[in-house]
Amino acid sequence: MTVATVPDMNPPRRKSFYKRNEIALTPWLFLAPGILFFAVYVIIPIFQSFNLSLYAWDGLGEARYIGLANYQELMTDRAFEVSLWNNVKWLAFYLLAIPAGLFIALFLNQTVVGIRLYKSLFFFPFVISQVVVGLVFAWFYNPSFGLLNTALGWVGLGPINVLGDPTMVTYGIIAAGLWPQTAYCMILYLTGLNAVDPEQIEAGRLDGAKGFRMLWHIILPQLKPATFICFVVTIIGALRSFDLISIMTNGGPFGSSRVLSFYMFEKALSEYGFRMGYGAAIAVVLFLIMLIFIAYFLWSMFREERGH
Amino acid sequence: MHSMLKASIAALATTAVLAGGAPAEGHGEKLSGDLKIFLDTSNPAPRATMEDMIARFSEMHPDLTIETTVIDREAYKTQIRNFLTANSPDVATWYAANRMTPYVSAGLFEDVSDLWMEEDIATNLASTKGAMTIDGKQWGVPYTYYQWGIYYREDIFNELGLEEPTTWEQEKANCQVILDSGRKCYTIGSKFLWTAGGWFDYLNMRTNGFDFHMELARGEVPWTDDRVRATFANWRELIDMGAFIDNHQSYSWQEALPFMVRGEATAYLMGNFSVAQFREAGLTDDQLDFYQFPAITEGLELAENAPTDTFHIPANATNKDNARAFLRFVVSADNQTLINNGENLGQLPVNASSSVDDDEFLNQGFEMLSSNSPGGVAQFFDRDFPAEMAAEAMQGLQEFMVFPDNLDDILNRLESVRQRVY
Repeated sequence: MTVATVPDMNPPRRKSFYKRNEIALTPWLFLAPGILFFAVYVIIPIFQSFNLSLYAWDGLGEARYIGLANYQELMTDRAFEVSLWNNVKWLAFYLLAIPAGLFIALFLNQTVVGIRLYKSLFFFPFVISQVVVGLVFAWFYNPSFGLLNTALGWVGLGPINVLGDPTMVTYGIIAAGLWPQTAYCMILYLTGLNAVDPEQIEAGRLDGAKGFRMLWHIILPQLKPATFICFVVTIIGALRSFDLISIMTNGGPFGSSRVLSFYMFEKALSEYGFRMGYGAAIAVVLFLIMLIFIAYFLWSMFREERGH
Repeated sequence: MHSMLKASIAALATTAVLAGGAPAEGHGEKLSGDLKIFLDTSNPAPRATMEDMIARFSEMHPDLTIETTVIDREAYKTQIRNFLTANSPDVATWYAANRMTPYVSAGLFEDVSDLWMEEDIATNLASTKGAMTIDGKQWGVPYTYYQWGIYYREDIFNELGLEEPTTWEQEKANCQVILDSGRKCYTIGSKFLWTAGGWFDYLNMRTNGFDFHMELARGEVPWTDDRVRATFANWRELIDMGAFIDNHQSYSWQEALPFMVRGEATAYLMGNFSVAQFREAGLTDDQLDFYQFPAITEGLELAENAPTDTFHIPANATNKDNARAFLRFVVSADNQTLINNGENLGQLPVNASSSVDDDEFLNQGFEMLSSNSPGGVAQFFDRDFPAEMAAEAMQGLQEFMVFPDNLDDILNRLESVRQRVY
């Protein structure tokens, strides 16, 4: 066959590698920048922290491998214990923002003249910086000129120094944190209430549901997505409670208002700190606590998606 | 260090008398090239002083390109770790004594013992040499220091017929009179802890002496030692009297000032930098005065706190010769007189041939440090003690001031920290 010697003028064009795998590859290409930065700034540092927590390092000289000694020290460190308990207190009491936010949202969910203004006033604390919130509350609690003691004086109660008393200080700071957090939950619930189906309310009303029963059986189930988001942001907010503590008490008096994140900062990065390994060990513990919640959030979101 | 300090203070006293015409620094040679300076003097007045000083140095060496960076004082404390290891300046500010240790032992500060051999510096800066020395070498030069002591309301003292006390008994007797008049003896704001460190410094140096205090700072004495307990027992006498303002754990040192300005408390154990604040708050020099912390244990030589701010050459600097020339200029008698006067830093010059500005408090401080501090000169609690020990200890001191009954627990805790840190 002579034909075979003639070069084929129209060979079946081999598609490029990309063209052949376009469907599979494209999502990864779009994800690549995100994955890259997420890995460099989040995933890798997590493992670096794990690694660093096994060393004694002052940030300047040579890092010395000491195994689990940092964790052993944590077990007997009373300041760590105090911080851990304070974290638990934050997680428990910060959640009060959810019912409080719901209550205010229900209260504001009506049509009155100027309701927008009232809503914005209630939302205001969430807009201002945490630093300002901390300062305002520090003045409010101030034992010499604070409004709190003046108000307590009116009803004949003695002056108290909330931020100077190791038993009260954490609750005092949580109360300050609840102010903006309640506003946040309120706005989430207000949007949720907009989406409540009026027909269901109507049906409930025909069946004689009123007041609390209406709220519990008809409204709240429809607000479930909002409640979930409120829960997520409140838990995250509680675990991130750093700025308020730094502004209001600087961890004091004598370290009784520290939480893990603040203690980690003090040990690793503050003026007298620079025990990087020990700070990393605290960070690992904090990470493990967060991991419980993160796992729960991911699991419920995953379940939600499968449901639809 | 002890005897050297005594000798140097004697030298300081004599040269101060002769200080009329100190010879100007001989900067014959003109420098060229670059000089990169990092400063932590971010407050307005010190910043202007430093910038003016650098401008004068630049005038003397027109061919020298000087690049100055001023970093916020607090941020500087963490940033120094970065810039000493990478991208070093040629000159950087810092603090004397134990605060230098991490950088000296990491090999990040240049040994400048050669400067200290030079006649001018050796004779005139002898009083601060101890504070700049680690392992027998000097690692920088000081540029200013200031006294600590008790600042008090002279008018209230006059009203109550009190005199400046010199003994512990008088101090307590005075305090009782003040308390009986419905005021507090001392204001203090211990929110940021270090103010309590100042009280401990003085009580311990007066109860047990300078040498013991330094042994404690070096970790050679356990915190549970009976002599340490004696210091706390003296402190407790004041606490039990109710001498300190209430709720001090909630105030910063500035927030504690109004108590004294309003006359609710009569005295403040503080550094000389508080004078500017008092004056700004409206106290006149007739209302404000100063006395040295009184003696407690009889026959013990008095020692003082005089924190020293310093200049260093990073080991990784590129223009070390220029940096050395700059350091020589900084400590020269004329420059020291100028930058420490009332219009500039308002503190004490480190050069014995400099003259002290005519200010009531600077004069008293200079007098006290040069002739009435034979025991020695300490830096300050958080500069003499290693950082970690200082951090834990100052927390314990604050706790002691609020709950004096916790003392045993506090001391045991500090002792276990001591065993780990040193």
